[in-house]
Amino acid sequence: MQLDWWTDIYTALKAADVRQVGYVPDAGHSGLIEACLADDDMRAVVLTTEEEGISLLAGAWLGGQRGALLMQSSGVGNCINMMSLAATCQFPVPIFVTMRGLWREFNPWQNAMGRATDSHLTIAGFSTLTATMPEHVGPLAAETLDTAFDGGQMSALLLHQCLVPVKTFGK
Amino acid sequence: MTTQPRSTSYPLNRRDVARRLTQSEPGLLVIAGLGSTAWDVTAAGDRDLNFPLWGAMGGAITLGLGLALAQPGRRVLVITGDGETLMGMGSFATVALQGPTNLSICTFDNEHYGETGMQATHTSSATDLAGVAAACGIAVTGTVSTEAELEAALPVILAAPGPVYHVIKVKAEKLDFVLPPKDGIHLKERFRKALLGS
Repeated sequence: MQLDWWTDIYTALKAADVRQVGYVPDAGHSGLIEACLADDDMRAVVLTTEEEGISLLAGAWLGGQRGALLMQSSGVGNCINMMSLAATCQFPVPIFVTMRGLWREFNPWQNAMGRATDSHLTIAGFSTLTATMPEHVGPLAAETLDTAFDGGQMSALLLHQCLVPVKTFGK
Repeated sequence: MTTQPRSTSYPLNRRDVARRLTQSEPGLLVIAGLGSTAWDVTAAGDRDLNFPLWGAMGGAITLGLGLALAQPGRRVLVITGDGETLMGMGSFATVALQGPTNLSICTFDNEHYGETGMQATHTSSATDLAGVAAACGIAVTGTVSTEAELEAALPVILAAPGPVYHVIKVKAEKLDFVLPPKDGIHLKERFRKALLGS
């Protein structure tokens, strides 16, 4: 399995001049988080809960900077009311979501939110794209960022669970 | 007989505190949390560099963080209420780790949910928000209850290297609504135009 697709997201973030990256860690995003932390032109901001990231990006935009968020599908559920800030004011919010509960999921507690993530995002006003093939991640990431910054919109790229190694909890 | 809550006798008036904070420096970037603090900041004078929230409860502090990181040369002041602060207490840890020196946060603490019928908040008897912020790693914290303490705190809030957090205990009282514009896109665009010129 090709596992370096995250470098294509990093390239897209750089091309879009993203300066603030809010995240709650996820194994699928670990390489990208490390790259953002090491980049002197980016501020990688670890959040205590994903909803902080929505208002962080609103503040960044008020100050003239572009931001993006990295989270796991469970984190989308933590953001729902805060997304109304972006919807009401048309703040650009691009989110890259590593999915759980979709494919060879070991932990059934991830299923409820993972399977509802796309619907929740859509109802909250996001346009969503889903990547299932590593070679599609780069172009879909660029499209997600364009959608956000060109139109002041909320956009999400769902990174299907088949893109990341299966987590087996030692079993 | 019902005992009056202690905050009904606090000496500081929230509208006066808002006026002194926001009128000190024309270039100050002000974020106001939803509800009473948005009305306070507006009563002090509606400014293009105010961003008053009408929703997004719990988001005011990290909104200020994103703004402070984007504009490191400008002072950013978040003014919000105790209920709004309580909803986003993790924000103190997030701010502390980033350590923006240009960010100040003030909670106008009347120990009540003012917009919903004045129900008591956690700060009315149990929770010390300045203690929470200090424990999360905010370097400069304080609680202000009197005029003399406010006078001493103003220069810290407005100019000391941050992040700075102060709880300002204000009188629990019913005041007139002074509403800012409600159109979020307008509030965003006027702020960006005043700050960025486009």
